[in-house]
Amino acid sequence: MLEVKGVHSYYGKSHILHGVSLELKEGELVCLLGRNGVGKSTTLKSIMGVVRPAAGSVRFRGQELCGKEPYKIARLGLGYVPEDRRIFRSLTVHENLLMGIKSGRQSAEGEAWSVEKVYRLFPRLEERKNNKGGHLSGGEQQMLTVVRTLMGNPRLILVDEPTEGLAPLIVKDVLEMLITVRQSGVTVLMVEQNFNAAIKVADRFYIMSKGAIVFSGNREELMAAEEVRKNYLEV
Amino acid sequence: MSEFLVFFLHGLAYAGLLFLVSAGLTLVFGMMNVLNFAHAAMYMLGAYFSYTIVMQLTGQFWMSLMICPVILFVIGAVVERFLLRRVHRYGHVQELLLTFGLAYIITELVKWYWGNYPLAINVTGFLNGTVSIFGIIYPMYRIFIFVCAILVGGVMALVLYKTRLGIILRAAVNDSEMTNTLGVNVPLVFMGVFAFGAALSGFAGVIAGPLLSTFPGMAQEILLDAFVVIVVGGFGSLGGAILASLIIGELQSFGVLLFPKLSMALVYLLMAAVLIIKPSGLFGEES
Repeated sequence: MLEVKGVHSYYGKSHILHGVSLELKEGELVCLLGRNGVGKSTTLKSIMGVVRPAAGSVRFRGQELCGKEPYKIARLGLGYVPEDRRIFRSLTVHENLLMGIKSGRQSAEGEAWSVEKVYRLFPRLEERKNNKGGHLSGGEQQMLTVVRTLMGNPRLILVDEPTEGLAPLIVKDVLEMLITVRQSGVTVLMVEQNFNAAIKVADRFYIMSKGAIVFSGNREELMAAEEVRKNYLEV
Repeated sequence: MSEFLVFFLHGLAYAGLLFLVSAGLTLVFGMMNVLNFAHAAMYMLGAYFSYTIVMQLTGQFWMSLMICPVILFVIGAVVERFLLRRVHRYGHVQELLLTFGLAYIITELVKWYWGNYPLAINVTGFLNGTVSIFGIIYPMYRIFIFVCAILVGGVMALVLYKTRLGIILRAAVNDSEMTNTLGVNVPLVFMGVFAFGAALSGFAGVIAGPLLSTFPGMAQEILLDAFVVIVVGGFGSLGGAILASLIIGELQSFGVLLFPKLSMALVYLLMAAVLIIKPSGLFGEES
């Protein structure tokens, strides 16, 4: 479904991605692991077009994404949930959700996401529907960021560090939410620092170091590869 | 007493004009992070186009009130699409330099075509009349300016807070990159907003023509006050622009009456005070 090949990206003059390649199949939940500053977020941004890759190719369902504006990529069925919970602070919760709707997009399969469905699944957001986004707690903001993206009925979502800075109890909520999302037929590519959280939810793993992929495998392979974990994950 | 009323009304009229100029400026800055130095030059263009339409071609003030904003809308759209957008990726300083250069070019073109001297635009008929308010005779035109500002402000508020487009615009003010990744054609929104801002400045220029004189320094004259309005009101805030325009308008007007020697400084003292107490402006978002 998604095929990233030899992507090089820069921030200004600094070379961040040195030929990243990875693949996702329909329905998978894949986790991108690695230490701080190895290019995980930049990989997601390069797929979404927020950072424009200097070389390489990103293909989504047969279409080349490199060089396209983010809104065009979004309209092809990608969703992006950035780190730092970038909700629209001066919009109400309800308006934040409305912002996620893309006209004329149907869900991949099953029931499409709608404001009513979100409120049914997350009553806490309905209670706060007229509150300004900036007044929500960290956990509520994280949920809102994810469901706002789901409102556009994406086929694939890119989720950047969804559990960062959240209390352990809320981390559990957010992970359960991602599992629900995945069960609804949405493919997920997630960046995560929290190894213990990632190992519970993902089917497959990529590990990055210095702007390139250094490991790829499923849960058993990752647990077996002690050297890899020691070198690239543990502090 | 009646003297106070006259100065109060003068203040309202100037506040109306200030709002018309600064509303576009603050919207463009809030969304695109571009402080458009050419904004006041476009306002001046509006006034000069109006001079040509009213005094040389048609004799109809209403005509220029309709046509000039359309011309400026097109100019704004072209400037955004073919100049600003290309410079955007190099950063804010370059964008600032571009609008700065544009302001100079427009000013020189105006001097070359219309001459480096003041021109008068006369309104006739109804707008040239007077009204009686609490026993004083007051020029209708200044009331008209204030009414225009209320109408424009009202329509903008309706669009911003009651429509889907308004939600998109406010979202883009908060975080344009995020808005883009949600599937909104942000480059098109930017072009529309910049063009609308230019149209609004052109409208303000038409309105200003008959009130102030139309001369090549008129851009500089209003630009500083408009900057103070958006700093005091809070960058990107329509409500802030409304309140700050009223405050600055009245301050300018009563400043002349009460502290003639200080009147120029009062506005900047106010700005300094606001920046010290609430650096993001009266209605600004803390970031």
